[in-house]
Amino acid sequence: MDIKKETIASLHNKLVNKDVTAQDLATDALGKINANEEKFNTFITVNDKAPEAAKKIDDEGIKGPLSGIPIAFKDNIVTEGIKTTAASKILYNFMPVYSATVLEKLEAAGAIDIGKTNLDEFAMGSSTETSHFGTSVNPWDLSRVPGGSSGGSAAAVAAGEVVAALGTDTGGSIRQPAAFNGIFGIKPTYGRVSRWGVIAFASSLDQVGVLSKRVEDSAAVLSVMAGHDDHDSTSSNKPVPDYRADLNKDMHGVKIAVPKEFWHEGTHPEVLENVNKALDEYKKMGATVDEVSLPSLKHAVEVYYVLASSEASSNLQRYDGVRYGYRAKDVKNIKDLFVRSRSEGFGDEVKRRIMLGTFALSAGAYDAYFKKAAEVRTLFIKEMNDVLKDHDLIMGPSTTTPAFKIGEKVDDPLAMYMNDILTIPANLAGLPAASVPAGLADGLPVGLQIIGRPFDEQSVFNAAYALQEENKFYEKIPTALKGED
Amino acid sequence: MNFETTIGLEVHVELKTKSKMYSPSPVAYGAESNINTNVIDFGFPGTLPTVNKNGYRLGVMVALALNAEIEHHTHFDRKNYFYPDNPKAYQITQQDKPLGHDGYIEIEVDGKKKKIGVEELHVEEDAGKNTHGNNGYSYVDLNRQGTPLIEIVSKPDMHSPEEAYQYLENLRKIVQFTGASDVKMEEGSMRVDTNISIRPVGSDTYGTKVELKNLNSFNHVKLGLAYEEKRQAAILKQGGHIGQETRRFDEKTGETFLMRVKSGADDYRYFPEPDLPDYEISPEWVAEIKANLPETAAKRRVRYINELGIPEYDAGVLTDTKEMSDFFDEAVSYNANPKLVSNWLMGEVNGYLNEKKIGLLETKLTPEHLAKMINLISDGTISSKIAKKVFKETISNGTEPEEWVKSKGLVQESDPAVLKPMILEILDNNQQSIDDFKNGKDRAVGFLVGQIMKQTHGQANPKVVNKILMAELKSR
Repeated sequence: MDIKKETIASLHNKLVNKDVTAQDLATDALGKINANEEKFNTFITVNDKAPEAAKKIDDEGIKGPLSGIPIAFKDNIVTEGIKTTAASKILYNFMPVYSATVLEKLEAAGAIDIGKTNLDEFAMGSSTETSHFGTSVNPWDLSRVPGGSSGGSAAAVAAGEVVAALGTDTGGSIRQPAAFNGIFGIKPTYGRVSRWGVIAFASSLDQVGVLSKRVEDSAAVLSVMAGHDDHDSTSSNKPVPDYRADLNKDMHGVKIAVPKEFWHEGTHPEVLENVNKALDEYKKMGATVDEVSLPSLKHAVEVYYVLASSEASSNLQRYDGVRYGYRAKDVKNIKDLFVRSRSEGFGDEVKRRIMLGTFALSAGAYDAYFKKAAEVRTLFIKEMNDVLKDHDLIMGPSTTTPAFKIGEKVDDPLAMYMNDILTIPANLAGLPAASVPAGLADGLPVGLQIIGRPFDEQSVFNAAYALQEENKFYEKIPTALKGED
Repeated sequence: MNFETTIGLEVHVELKTKSKMYSPSPVAYGAESNINTNVIDFGFPGTLPTVNKNGYRLGVMVALALNAEIEHHTHFDRKNYFYPDNPKAYQITQQDKPLGHDGYIEIEVDGKKKKIGVEELHVEEDAGKNTHGNNGYSYVDLNRQGTPLIEIVSKPDMHSPEEAYQYLENLRKIVQFTGASDVKMEEGSMRVDTNISIRPVGSDTYGTKVELKNLNSFNHVKLGLAYEEKRQAAILKQGGHIGQETRRFDEKTGETFLMRVKSGADDYRYFPEPDLPDYEISPEWVAEIKANLPETAAKRRVRYINELGIPEYDAGVLTDTKEMSDFFDEAVSYNANPKLVSNWLMGEVNGYLNEKKIGLLETKLTPEHLAKMINLISDGTISSKIAKKVFKETISNGTEPEEWVKSKGLVQESDPAVLKPMILEILDNNQQSIDDFKNGKDRAVGFLVGQIMKQTHGQANPKVVNKILMAELKSR
């Protein structure tokens, strides 16, 4: 079966009509992943027990919309009994003894965990190149990165291995790879989805979301996994709508704000061209487009890297070689155990951020860095929400360029960081944000970013759906997959 | 040169909750290693804390009992440091918005009353425990990890070891009577860190602060501080200077020894805990906690004196510990005479505890049994001599007094029809005693009563015996 032509709904119909069994879907998916692995390196671990779990679903009968559907999980989401590494050597052998709430909710709905996708180490990166398990590859161009940190999930969807995959987004880690791979990806409002069982990078910014070829598939998955969780005090108890059932592509009277700062001087001209074309489409559909200003945006990257790295420096202290994960050998004493396990277990990018964060929190630097950044964040949240008082959505490009070459930015961390400038704002303000394919630039996909009001994921889905139904980007086949059928 | 001493105390008190401060694991002292733990206590990747509301409530209770102002808009902070017994490598505490501040504890030294300020109080979590085996390995037990603590930071208002001692005594007593903690130094549910400096009288800057550790009782605190006062004064008198250091008290020698020199402040990189939302304490909640604050020791003492007619000294002894006071109150609630309950607790019961070197709750005696036994004496069912036997049985084996007295046939003989013939016979056989009595020798009465008691195996009611005997003696 050609998964890239299917949706969750079409697979569901085939399961209900017994044209296919859940076990077939799981076995096919594993076969496809294994056959592709050398080319795309999208998974760190596959779940060999998936066909077994699928058979159980077949035996019990297909029930809800996700029943029997294989879904991939980013490998920073803990899964009981299935190795979970966060793509780090320090967790190379880590076997969780409990599962994340998102996994439990999706499994309860009958979804099949097909395996764990590649990412940048601890989700720190924009290309999967910081993964201990090697970089994943972009199906649109094998010499290019799939983006990151949810690059494995995005490439797995683009390559037609799964119809949907879970990602996490701290500064753009769902939207940027979605844009690079020509698929849809949504980071929900902070607090919409439980973070219990999601390996923390920056707790005040991390949020779990979904990547899929089609908007309606992410809508179906998010409805199931969102909602309050007693394990996560920051999760909201606002009711969760049925996003897919409520999809509405009518854009009449929708007010779109376009911050002029998103039209960044370094942005690739063809990216801007595609985004402008999409905005024209919305106007044709009856929406209004106003230029606005977010003056604090110029500080967003600095604010983000101070706050995210500070939280990360604390969150990653638990990896000390004492209780689980990598432990250095032949240590002299406890301090040596800590220092060497961490020195040998973490990669360069993770160490860079731990050092940055440790510095920003230190007694002499706290006021000038962490505290100042937190204050600017507050200011920025106000600016974003002020714009959303008069507008339903904020739009702009998802990224400044299409997918870059593997190795191109590895030695230039600042260039890599600047790459996040357009996606960081939604994380700092905790707003729901998605990337939806807008077209091609030099044969590479470009994403339109759509940011909504807090807990108004529905409007984000609707706008993305309207564009999807207009440009039908999902019919385009990634270059590396051509001739596959 | 005369010196003035300045002492500040940081006291950690374990809050008595069923579960931990930020995880649902049970809290229990003395369980098998790592039994009372879950994925949160182990700091597994992906775990998140949740606030134990009851732990917080007990914290507010302690703050109110120490006359502190309650902070309504609080949040939690992370204190970062690496240690094997600290699985997340940070402790969740309250750094810049503690739950309470500006309280005080009243003390009395040499007849003078004085208020010692409480700078602030905050809730936090305890660490696990490391033990070092003699096989070259160290072991980590995370049972204690996450146990709710309240840290009580005094102002540097104490000027002598005796004041510090009184502060601790009163703090312990106040907290104990709220029921928020067991406050036992020996089980680690109360821990004390002290800071002490001295300066020439009249100086307006504090001397260098020395931190004193390994203080396992209030007495050690007093002894350690007294040693430090002398040590520091001797150094200053010789023109030396005090190093900023942490010292260890040695209980065998009563001296303090250098542990480490402090090279600048430790940097714990505090920042707001992003996994927990701000914690809002409504004025209504504080009012409700305040309204339900358990009676303090001081109030109980006054009630014992005024309402139950207990002498002042006795009321003081009864309210020395919450255990004793609760026991007393409960026994009295079974309609036992308060004065008799008090006498038994202070006499026989305390004697037993001292002899066995155990605590009141470690015996099998219940307030109900003590009350019943006392009522058996009051209604004449048993004599006070028999009562001692009953007491021994009840406190050692937990036996129900009434049934035991019946089954053992220890009920007091009060029937004149039974006692009178016995008394007549004894008088008939002891003419000498009757003669002595007539000659004004009162001792003779004692002898005759003794004879009757001997014959009744101590079960004759002394009042009834006396009455019959006196009437007979006068009539002969």
